[in-house]
Amino acid sequence: MTTQDQGAGQVVLRLSHITKRFGPVTANEDVSFDLHRGEVIALLGENGAGKTTLMNILFGQYTADEGEVELFGAPLPPGNPRAALDRGVGMVHQHFTLADNLRVWENVVLGVDALSAPALNARAAKAKLRELSARFHLHVDPDAKVGRLTVGERQRVEILKALYRDARILILDEPTAVLTPQETDALFATLREAIGLGMSVVFISHKLHEVMAIADRVLVLRHGKLVAERAVGDTNREELAALMVGAEVSAPEPSEGAAGAALLSLRAVRLAGEGTTPGLKGIDLDLRAGQITGLAGVSGNGQAALSDLISGLRAPDEGVLEIAGEALRTWSPRAAVGHGIARIPEDRHKTGTIADFDLTENAILERYKSEFSRGGWMDWRGARAFAEGLIKGYDVRCHGPEQRIRLLSGGNMQKLILGRVLEGAPKVILANQPVRGLDIGAVNYVHSQLLEARARGAAVLLISEDLDEIMRLSDVIHVISEGRLSPAFARGTMRPEELGQWMAGKGYDDAA
Amino acid sequence: MDLFDIFVSASFWAAVLRIASPLIFATMGELICERAGVLNLGIEGIMVAGAFAGWIAVWAGLPLWGGVAVAMLTGMGLGLVHSVLSVPFGLSQHVVGVGMTLLATSLTFYTYRVVLPEVSSPPKIEAFQPLDIPGLSQIPFLGEALFSQTALTYAGFVVVALVAWVLYRTPLGLAVRAAGESPAAVAAQGLSVTGIRMGAVIVGSGLMAVGGAFLTLSAFDSFFFEMVNGRGWICIALVVFGAWKPGKALLGALLFAAFDAFQIRLQQTPMGQVVPYQVFLMMPYVLSILALVVMSRRAEVPKALMVPFNKGER
Amino acid sequence: MTMRLEPIEAPGLARRAGLPALAIAGTFVIGALLAMIAGGNPFSVFGLILKGAFGSKFAVLETLNRATPLIFTGLAVAVAFRAKLWNIGAEAQLYAGAVMTAVLGTGALAWPSWALLPMVGLAAMLAGALVLLVPAILKVRLGVDEVVTTLLFNFIFLLFVGYLLEGPLKDPMGMGWPKSARLIPEARLPRIIEGLRLHWGFALGLIAAVTVWVIERRTTLGYEMRAVGQNVDAARFAGIPVTAVILKTALISGGLAALAGFSEVAGMKGALTKDISPGFGYTGIVVAMLALLNPLGVVLAALFVAAIFVGADSMSRAAGVPTYLADIMLASALLLMVLAILLTKFRVRRD
Repeated sequence: MTTQDQGAGQVVLRLSHITKRFGPVTANEDVSFDLHRGEVIALLGENGAGKTTLMNILFGQYTADEGEVELFGAPLPPGNPRAALDRGVGMVHQHFTLADNLRVWENVVLGVDALSAPALNARAAKAKLRELSARFHLHVDPDAKVGRLTVGERQRVEILKALYRDARILILDEPTAVLTPQETDALFATLREAIGLGMSVVFISHKLHEVMAIADRVLVLRHGKLVAERAVGDTNREELAALMVGAEVSAPEPSEGAAGAALLSLRAVRLAGEGTTPGLKGIDLDLRAGQITGLAGVSGNGQAALSDLISGLRAPDEGVLEIAGEALRTWSPRAAVGHGIARIPEDRHKTGTIADFDLTENAILERYKSEFSRGGWMDWRGARAFAEGLIKGYDVRCHGPEQRIRLLSGGNMQKLILGRVLEGAPKVILANQPVRGLDIGAVNYVHSQLLEARARGAAVLLISEDLDEIMRLSDVIHVISEGRLSPAFARGTMRPEELGQWMAGKGYDDAA
Repeated sequence: MDLFDIFVSASFWAAVLRIASPLIFATMGELICERAGVLNLGIEGIMVAGAFAGWIAVWAGLPLWGGVAVAMLTGMGLGLVHSVLSVPFGLSQHVVGVGMTLLATSLTFYTYRVVLPEVSSPPKIEAFQPLDIPGLSQIPFLGEALFSQTALTYAGFVVVALVAWVLYRTPLGLAVRAAGESPAAVAAQGLSVTGIRMGAVIVGSGLMAVGGAFLTLSAFDSFFFEMVNGRGWICIALVVFGAWKPGKALLGALLFAAFDAFQIRLQQTPMGQVVPYQVFLMMPYVLSILALVVMSRRAEVPKALMVPFNKGER
Repeated sequence: MTMRLEPIEAPGLARRAGLPALAIAGTFVIGALLAMIAGGNPFSVFGLILKGAFGSKFAVLETLNRATPLIFTGLAVAVAFRAKLWNIGAEAQLYAGAVMTAVLGTGALAWPSWALLPMVGLAAMLAGALVLLVPAILKVRLGVDEVVTTLLFNFIFLLFVGYLLEGPLKDPMGMGWPKSARLIPEARLPRIIEGLRLHWGFALGLIAAVTVWVIERRTTLGYEMRAVGQNVDAARFAGIPVTAVILKTALISGGLAALAGFSEVAGMKGALTKDISPGFGYTGIVVAMLALLNPLGVVLAALFVAAIFVGADSMSRAAGVPTYLADIMLASALLLMVLAILLTKFRVRRD
C-alpha cells in the first residue's frame, strides 16, 4: 500500500509562503507545504479555494506575488512554464489537454523534443509508449486518434504523457470525476505502483472517501489559505468536510416522496450518435411526478443525446416521446418550453447564458416571444420587471438587471438560470450537471430548489457525473452506458460498486 | 481548335503549371496559418504587396531571387501585424483579415504612386526565364509540358514537400497542428501557443507574398493594380478543398489551374463565339464555391480554427 | 512571460472614449508619416483634406453624396455582423440593386414617379437580398463559410454586370460604351432642395439608419439577431429559430446594400455603368466597424469616411500626395479601432 515513511523521505517539492493576488482578490495567501518522495498528499478544497491557482504557479502559468517553489532542493524559476515540466513534474488536468484529431503517440510526444529538433522519431516513441503501457497497465493504442477514445482511455493518455517524460511528481486534478468506481480503482492501483517506484503524488479532489483511500496526508485549502493539515490516520471524513467549508455542512436531506404519474416518457427511443459520442439505442424512460430520477454514468455515454432530446434540440430518430401520456409530433426547444419542461443546461457559459447580454436579456431568453413580445415589438418594461422578480426571488447577487451576466459568479449565474426555468412551476425539470463548478453554498441552494420542485409534484431528471450526488438525491436511478439505459433502481437498493458495473457497460440486455 | 486538341497540346499543360504556381505558394501559406488555428484573410492584400515588392526590388536593381526574398520579407512583415492583432489580442480574424487586405493593398498602390509618380504604364523587368533542364526538357511533349518552367515553379513544388515534411515529421509541425486542434494541450506542455500561432502566420504570410511575386517575376514581367484579382480568396477555398492537407491542396491547385487554362482555351473554340467571355471568367470563382460546398461536410476542420486562445478569459 | 486579457468590470469614461479617440489620432499619425514620405507637409495635407471635404458648399455636398452609398453598405454590414453573418459581399448586392434599378427604370415600367420609385427601390432591395440569400443558405444548410462565398460572389456578379452592359442592357445610343440606357425622369430620385446637388438617396439613408436602429433595439427580431450573434448555441438552446433569424438578417442586409446601388443609379448617375461603385461594398465594412456596428453611428462613420475620400481626392490634386492615402488611413482606422474597442473591455496583464 502507500508508503508510510513520510518523515524520512526526501523533500521533492516545497512551496514556501506562496501568495497570489488578482486585483482585489487574493487567490493564495501564505501557502506552504512539503511533498516527500513516495508520498501522496491530497489537496482538498471547494471550488475557488485556490487549488488551481496554486498549480498554475507551480507550472509557471502565473507568477506568485510572494513566496517561492523549490523542486528537488533547487529553487524553481518563476513564470517559466517549461521549468517544472523539465524537472520532472507531470500534471493530469481535470479538463484533458489532448488534441482529438491527433494520434495518441503524437499527443504524448508533443513538447518533448525541442521545436528546433529536426525530426520526430515516431517508431521509438511508440515503442517507449508500449513499454510504459505494459508496465503500468495503462492500455491504449498509440496509433489511435484521441477523439475515438473513451474518457477513461484519455486519462490514461494523460498519465502516460507524464510517465513518458519520466515525471517523478504527478499532480492529478480531480482525476476521478469522470471515472466509474472500477476505473477509479484501476487508477489507484496504477498510482500505487508508481508510488512504489518512488513517485510522489499531489491529488486534488473534493471527494472525501477517495482522499481517505489514497492519500497519506491531507491539506485543506479555504479561501486561498491553508487552514489545516492532517495525516489521514488522524482524521475522518466529517472533520475534513467541516474544515473544507469552514463550518458544519448541512446539505439538504431528501425525505421519502410518493411517486405520481409519468409526466414524460420515452418509448424505444433511438438517436444517432454524433462523431465519437454514442446516441441512444432504443431506451425507455419514465419521469414521474414527485420523483427525482438520477442518471448515473461516465460522461460521453449518451447523456448529451438524452439531454438534447429532452431539451428539444433533437427529435427521436425512432420511438416516441410522450408528455403526460401523449405522443408528440413536432419537437423543438420552444415546444419543450411550451410543454412545461424546465431545462438547466450542462454548460452555463456556452448554452445557458449570453455573456454580453444583461440580466434582463438573459432572463427572458426562453419566453421573450410568448410573454414579452407584442406584434413583433419588445416589451422591455415588462422584461425588466420579470428580471427584477427573479433577482429577488432567487437571491441573485448583482448590481441590477442592467449588469452584463459575464460579470456574475458561477453560482449567481446558475441562480438566474434556475429562476428563469423554474418560474411558472414547470412540470418536468431537466437538470444536467446543475452544480458543476459551484461552491458548496450554491450547490446546496440548487439541490434544495430541486427538492422543493419535487415536493410540489414536478418530475426531475438529474444528470450528473458525481455518483455521490446522484445517490443522495435520487428516488430512482438509471445508469447509462454507450447509449443504453439500465433498469430503474429504487433508492437504497444499489451499492456504488454495483452501479459501477452498470457504468462500465455490464449487465445490459444487448438485444436493444 | 477543338476540345480534344486542348488536352493533347503541351502548351496547355505548361500553362497549368504556370497558373498553379502562385496558387501553390499562397495556398501553402494559408494552410500553415489555418493549421495553427488562424484564418488569414489578409491573403489577397499580402499577395498584392508581394507582387509589388518583388517587382520593385528587381526594378531597383536586385537580382530576381533578391526580389523573391524582398517579397517574402514584406509578406512576413504584414503577417507580423496580422498575427499581433489576431493572436495575443484575439481580435476577430475576419475583421483583421479584411482590414489587412485593405491596408496591404492601399499601401502597395500608394507606394507605387510615390515611387513611380510620372509613369503611365509600369516599367518592365527581366523576369525569370524557363529553366533548361538537361535531358528532361528535351523529352518530346513532356519536356515542353512539364519541364519548361521557371525555377520559381519548381520551388513551389519543393515548398509543398517541405511544408508536408515539417507538419508531419517534425516536433515543430506537431506543435503547429496541435495549436490548431487544441491550444490547451500545447500550453500544458509549456509551449507558447501565442508564439507558435504568430510564427505560423508570419511564415505563412511570407509564402503568400511569394505567390504574389510569382505573378510579377515569373508569369509576367510587370506590375498591374488588378493583378491578383481574387486569387487569394481562391486559395482559401483551395485549403478547404484540400482538407487542410498539403498534398491534397496541391492537387486542388493543379485541378483548378487545369480548369482555368482550359476555359482560356475554350474561349478560342467555336463555343467561345457563342458564350459570352464573362461566363468563362466566372468559372474559377464558381468552381471555388462549388469546391467549398462539396467539401464542407467531409473535411476535418482544425478544431481551434478561428478560436482565440486566452488563458485569462473563459 | 505570458500576456493575458482580463475583463474590466466597469470601464471608466476615459477608457471608453479615450481609446477610440486614440485610435483615430493614431490613424492621422500614420497618414501624416506617409504624407511626409511622399513629400507632403502633413499639416498642409490634412488642411487640404479638410478643405476638400468641407471647404465649400460644393465640397460639403460632394461629401454628403459620397456618404450616401456608404450609409447603406455600412448599415448592411453592421446588421449582418451584429448577427455574426460575415457579409463581405455588399459590393455584389449593391450591383444587384443597381442592375434592378436599370432594368426597371429605363422604361420597362411607365409609371408615375410616386409609384415607380418605391417599386424600383423595393425590387432593388429584393434583388440584393436574394444575392445574399444564396451564401446564407449555404452557411446554414451546409456550413460553408460565408466570408469566402460572399467574396467570390463579388467577382462573379461584377462579371455578370459586365456581360449585361455589353449585352442585354447595353445602351444602343451609347456609342459602344458599356453602359445602360439612361433612366426615365420618373425613375430618378429628386433633389432634396431644388438647386442643391443632393438627392433623396441621402435622406433615405438617414431613414434607413433610424429604421435599423429601431429594429435592433425595439423589436423581437432585433433581440433574436443580437442573441444569435452573441452566442448561437445559447440562442438555439433557448428556442430562438437560429436558421430563420440568419436568413432574415441576410435579407435585410442584402436589401440595404442594394439600396446603395439604387441610390447611386437613380440618384447620382442616372445610368448603370461598371464603375458606379469604387468599392463602396468593401468600404462599408470599415464604416460599420468604425461605427461599432451601431446603426446611428454608421451615419457619422460614413460621413467621416466620405470626407476623407473626398478630401483626399482634392488634396491629391493640390499636393501631389497619392489619393490612396485615404484608403490607408481607413484601413488603419479599422484595425486600430477594433483594437481600441477590445482594450475598452479588457486590460492587458502580464503574469
